[in-house]
Amino acid sequence: MKKITVKLVVWRQNGPDEKGFFKTYFAENIDTDASFLEMLDVVNEGLVKNGSEPIAFAHDCREGICGTCGAVVNGEAHGPREKLTLCQLHMRSFSNGDTIVLEPFRARALPIVKDLVVDRSALDRIVQAGGYISVRTGSAPDANAIPVPKKDADQAFDAAQCIGCAACVAACPNASAMLMMSAKVSHLSSLPQGQPESKQRVLDMVSQMVKEGFGGCSNEYQCEVACPKGISVKYIAQLNRQYLLSAIKSE
Amino acid sequence: MSQHDVSKRKTLDSKIPEGALSEKWTQHKFNMKLVNPANKRKYKVIVVGTGLAGASASATLSELGYQVHTFCFHDTPRRAHSIAAQGGINAAKNYQNDGDSIYRLFYDTIKGGDFRAREANVHRLAEISVNIIDQCVAQGVPFAREYGGLLDNRSFGGAQVSRTFYAKGQTGQQLLLGAYSALMKQVNAGAVTMYTEHEMMDLVIIDGKARGIVTRNLKTGEIASHTADAVLLCTGGYGNVFYLSTNAMGSNVTAAWKAHKRGAYFANPCYTQIHPTCIPVHGDYQSKLTLMSESLRNDGRVWVPKKVGDDRHPSEIPDDERDYYLERKYPSFGNLVPRDLASRNAKYVCDEGRGVGPTKLAVYLDFRDSINRLGKDAIEARYGNLFDMYQSITDSNPYEEPMMIYPAVHYTMGGLWVDYNLMSNIEGLFVLGEANFSDHGANRLGASALMQGLADGYFVISYTLGNYLANVDLNSISLENESFLSAEKDVQERIERLLSIRGTKTVDEFHRELGLLMWDKCGMSRNEEGLKEAIRRIPEIRKSFWNDVMVTGSNNSFNQTLEKALRVADFLEFAETMCRDALERKESCGGHFREDSQTPEGEALRNDTEFTNVFAWEFKGIDNKPELHIEELEFENVQPSVRSYK
Ligand SMILES: Cc1cc2nc3c(=O)[nH]c(=O)nc-3n(C[C@H](O)[C@H](O)[C@H](O)COP(=O)(O)OP(=O)(O)OC[C@H]3O[C@@H](n4cnc5c(N)ncnc54)[C@H](O)[C@@H]3O)c2cc1C
Ligand code: FES
Repeated sequence: MKKITVKLVVWRQNGPDEKGFFKTYFAENIDTDASFLEMLDVVNEGLVKNGSEPIAFAHDCREGICGTCGAVVNGEAHGPREKLTLCQLHMRSFSNGDTIVLEPFRARALPIVKDLVVDRSALDRIVQAGGYISVRTGSAPDANAIPVPKKDADQAFDAAQCIGCAACVAACPNASAMLMMSAKVSHLSSLPQGQPESKQRVLDMVSQMVKEGFGGCSNEYQCEVACPKGISVKYIAQLNRQYLLSAIKSE
Repeated sequence: MSQHDVSKRKTLDSKIPEGALSEKWTQHKFNMKLVNPANKRKYKVIVVGTGLAGASASATLSELGYQVHTFCFHDTPRRAHSIAAQGGINAAKNYQNDGDSIYRLFYDTIKGGDFRAREANVHRLAEISVNIIDQCVAQGVPFAREYGGLLDNRSFGGAQVSRTFYAKGQTGQQLLLGAYSALMKQVNAGAVTMYTEHEMMDLVIIDGKARGIVTRNLKTGEIASHTADAVLLCTGGYGNVFYLSTNAMGSNVTAAWKAHKRGAYFANPCYTQIHPTCIPVHGDYQSKLTLMSESLRNDGRVWVPKKVGDDRHPSEIPDDERDYYLERKYPSFGNLVPRDLASRNAKYVCDEGRGVGPTKLAVYLDFRDSINRLGKDAIEARYGNLFDMYQSITDSNPYEEPMMIYPAVHYTMGGLWVDYNLMSNIEGLFVLGEANFSDHGANRLGASALMQGLADGYFVISYTLGNYLANVDLNSISLENESFLSAEKDVQERIERLLSIRGTKTVDEFHRELGLLMWDKCGMSRNEEGLKEAIRRIPEIRKSFWNDVMVTGSNNSFNQTLEKALRVADFLEFAETMCRDALERKESCGGHFREDSQTPEGEALRNDTEFTNVFAWEFKGIDNKPELHIEELEFENVQPSVRSYK
């Protein structure tokens, strides 16, 4: 078992309208098998014991699936390792004496709640605009009535893995939510069940994204690098094609 | 407890409909009153929780026309803990033509639950299971498929047929995203009002009926009341009473416990499921445990060295010096025995000193033989993401060396008592999903919680809620009602008290202390002495918490320490009831193993004469013993037998 000490430079901001600032802490004698969030727990325990307010950070499942956690670590959303959420990052990825700069995901559409916690409700509103198949409970045919080619089902699954963490937004120079949105559009339009609404879905979701203040896509591909689930930018290309077709047809 | 005591106790009416088992639900649906479509929109229904149970119920009830107001403490409904379920969901589709049927799923679930669940509920669940899969596929849930385009199945612990539908190791995620999308559709239609980051802090009862809740806005600290004609709790399980569990960090007992303090009975709280395949504990900073889906037991073989103290690397231990103890003891189910057996046997081999890894509290789960038989690609296709997750946590490659696993708290079969209609003993308070106690008896089979959550939310509550509302007289109420005002005041006071203590210990220190005690005394194996000690110790920890906890910050902003303190304060009350339940149930059944009730071979020994029943506890004040009510369980179709997996 190895122990390390690292220096943390953390963004502290008391509330949405308060001024933020960086503050330095030391995480001492941290077991390298501990997760990054467990390291923060240790720092926070120390802060609370001294009567200071702990560093606020969002988290829940701590196994990479709920999409709650996330922060920018040394300039990279979810930290240095590819295809991992912050909660899955372990201290063995750092060395004794390292300095770690920790900031919230920053974007106009994701206002800061406190410290490293941001408000991602805009992503829900994009889904509300059309990220579903309109099927009432009880009205479904037998599940095997419509065979779905395995290739399509697999593509739908790949795209459906998005955890809604907003790392793609944080990594994008334009703060675009295109990767997240295109993954939802591709998931649904890869399946026969998603066809009837596919044109309207794209138009409505894109229009909501713009309304929320997310930027557009200029093919920087930073989103794919940051995505903990490895969602491919090919879905953005698919979305663009679908959007054009839908826009032409709806006119 | 003697027979004599039992007969003195008040018995509970489960309202199981008359008729043959397979006709009960159909007949009951026909007999229940309906609410006229035009009247539905006059009723306001509160749903607390947006996991599989809450999201599906919210979407379905709002489609029917009810005004639905839905609450969750998460920042978006899609993050409910259901998202983490890995392995799959059962349904009696018999697409594999391997002999499955509704009756077989019913039978397996009753047997798996060690004959401590209601026959009628479980049969209904099995009937509905087939509709769930249809609904999910229509929503676009990308289940695994075969090359012909039809749905694929796998087998799961405790079953000899392949009836489990799955989406790689992310079945819960995909099902929840399906239910979430249905919910978002209804929010968009203006039919559901969604309150995220709102924690339910109390239940409000007026004239004996559930009429609303008090919430705390987690971002602003605002305490507010909400009125309703019925309240649905879909708030998940309480496994985090053990501190370490596979549950998400935020999972808690607060909503259920507050309802209990307002009069709702808590049923079988001691029934906890300890899941056999989790990543072992590695240090005292550890904040949670990670499950490795039990589907891994389809292709992984569980073993420990035959010799005590054999420290060789697993690859150097030849086959004849390995003990594949599940295959040896249970030849017909082998590695696929139900969870309680798999967990307990892992504990036994570790207690014998044959555990592996640095802490010696682990056993191997080995894929060597399946990789040789099926190829690495086939194993990767089935479990790729689980293997990656294992490697990222442990830094060891399961394609090359066996995984190390150990049991961990995973699911709670106990929960608020409900009748066949999912209504608690408080009129108008319904409980769905893991938060109720209804369908899994003393042990839940794999892939059946997702099934139950969605059955409750999509297909049961839509009928039974209507029947309640069509039959009840409700007075009009307002937020000025004394019951709302006093509940709000109680919440305020509790918060102010917590913030004013400013003691020396953190909330986590108390939580950890409670968790260790519970794991030790009310965990995989329990005895009278240990439980009595826990019942003595818990009030001491609680007292110390209220004198010495440090909660920083204030109430009028985002304050995670306060959130946690409020939840742990409830665990500290609830834990005692859990231990009392375990103490009173002087038999071993399912996940509840009493050392004083075992066969000469060390297997669990049930006591069907005295304990074929449900214990439902009534709150009598924090430092008082709760009162026990009994629901007798009747087995008319399946004869309780010794559960044999040999
Ligand atoms: C790691 C893991 C893997 C699993 N794998 C499987 C599997 O393969 N198959 C299977 O069948 N089952 C599995 N289970 C079990 C299953 O996932 C759960 O039992 C089930 O998803 C619970 O769903 P639910 O809707 O009842 O509650 P949850 O999904 O836990 O949702 C609870 C909801 O209530 C809200 N809430 C709670 N308290 C409050 C409050 N006080 N105020 C406001 N909101 C509140 C939360 O915000 C959340 O929205 C697994 C469980 C775990 C932990
Ligand atoms: S906490 Fe759930 S993904 Fe990190």
